[in-house]
Order: sequence, then C-alpha cells, then structure tokens
Amino acid sequence: MNPTDASGILGFLMADGFAGYGDAAAGIVFLVSLTITIIGGFMACNAERLVRAVAGLALCFIGIATIYYFLNSPLMSMMQLLIYVGAVCVTIAFAVMLAAPEDKSKPGPANSLSGPLGLITAGLITFGLIGLALNTSFDVLPKENMGTPKLIGIELLTTYSMLFKLISVVLLIAIIGALVIARQGRSK
Amino acid sequence: MSILNLHNDLNTYLILAAILFGMGMYGLITRRTLIGMLIASELILAAAAINFMAFNRFTAPDPTVGQIFTLFIMAIATAEATIGLSITIAIYRNYKSVDTADIVDLKG
Repeated sequence: MNPTDASGILGFLMADGFAGYGDAAAGIVFLVSLTITIIGGFMACNAERLVRAVAGLALCFIGIATIYYFLNSPLMSMMQLLIYVGAVCVTIAFAVMLAAPEDKSKPGPANSLSGPLGLITAGLITFGLIGLALNTSFDVLPKENMGTPKLIGIELLTTYSMLFKLISVVLLIAIIGALVIARQGRSK
Repeated sequence: MSILNLHNDLNTYLILAAILFGMGMYGLITRRTLIGMLIASELILAAAAINFMAFNRFTAPDPTVGQIFTLFIMAIATAEATIGLSITIAIYRNYKSVDTADIVDLKG
C-alpha cells in the first residue's frame, strides 16, 4: 500500500470488486470530516452551555484528526486524537464541572464587542485570510523524502534535539506550575 | 475540479483553517467566561496547526519539518490549557465566579 495515497486504506478495504471506487470514497470521507470539523467549531464557539461547547470542541478535533490523515500524516492524526480529544477536552470538561460557570450566569451581552460587532470582526478576519490564501501563488518544491514517522523520530533526536529538550522542560514546568497554582488556598 | 477531489487541493485546507480561525476569534470576543475563551483559543491554535500541515503536505521540500512543528504546537497548546485551567480554578476559588465581568479588581 502506498503511504502517500490518502485513499490507500479505503482502497484496501474496498478491494473486492470495488477497486475503482477508492478515490470517490476518500472524497466522500473528506467531505464528511470537513462538515464535522465546521459543525464542531460552530458548536464550540456558539453553544449556550459550556458543556456543549466542550463536546463541539471534541467533535471538531476528531474532524481535524481525519483531515491530518488526508494530509499524509497518520502519526499526527493519532497524536491529535490522543492529546486533544483524550487529554485537553477531558481537562476542560473537568474544569467546567469544578468551576460550575453556569450557576450564576447573567443575561445580556458580555461587552461592547459581542453581538453583531464581534461577528463583523470575525467575518472580516476570515474573509481577509481566505482572500489572501486564494490570491497568493505558492511555490511547490519537489519532495526530498516521504515524511514517515521513522524520519520524524530521527529528525527530532538530531536536528531538533535542542527544541525537543526545551519542550520537555516547558511541559514539566507547566505541570508543576499548574499544581502549585491550583493548590493555593486549598486549606481554606 | 470535482467536489470529490477537494482533498488534493491546498486551498481547501487554507479556507478551512481561515474559517476555524474566524470561529475562534468570534468565540474569544463574545464569550463571557474564562473557560469559553480558552475553548476558543484552542480553535485558533488548531487552525494554525492545519495551515502548517497543509503547507507541509503540498509545498515544503522536507515533509518532516511541518509535522515536528505541529507536534510542538500541540505540546504548547496542552501546556497553555493546563496552566489556563488551573488559573481558572484558582480564580473560581477566590471570586466564586469565572465570569470576566466579575474579575475586575485591577480595573482603573
């Protein structure tokens, strides 16, 4: 199976008599994952209750993991599922449970920018970025390698070893800092 | 171009990332609670990661670089979410609220 072909696994699944339909199936799966991502993002930024926003965020991250698979990176797809859906969303759900932000929520807009003005701001940024992306021509350079997980591991431990160590230190400090901050005032 | 062939086009991913970025920006502006703002910032980081992965797939000569950068984005986003949530819990313990309108002690 060719690892650069995003429809490879689907073609393999449909091997008996459906060999020609792999590409079409891949296109359909891609459209479904696009829809899931956008619906999830819409829920995450717009849902009334925060628990639904967390659920929308998880849905959006699952869609993004599928999109990473289409971008030739099964490793990133798995990391996305493990780190974001498995860890970040669960942590945010715990915070929603602990801090109970719905208990005394006040009606009305949060500040002067919420409502139509916020929508206009976000819309301008979105369409500006889309216009920028569509009106720019990007140079396509020939590929030097396939970007397999093995090569990523080699690069991480040779070229990027310093960054690898730094990111480990950052994560360690984040863990200790989170423990220290969340512990203060616990005895009260 | 056929609609079933969208996944072989760089622009599809760039437009998706722009839409996610806009949603995150909208959430960051309009949310009333700290946790809602944190969720919106996660959307913004995910949009940036999608852009890196798309350019990595279509234009970059060495496809490992973008994936490693996306890994670092994931690590930073996780650290940021952890610290942000622990600060939120600490604020809730002191103010009994995570509403941004209530945490205005330093406001002049």
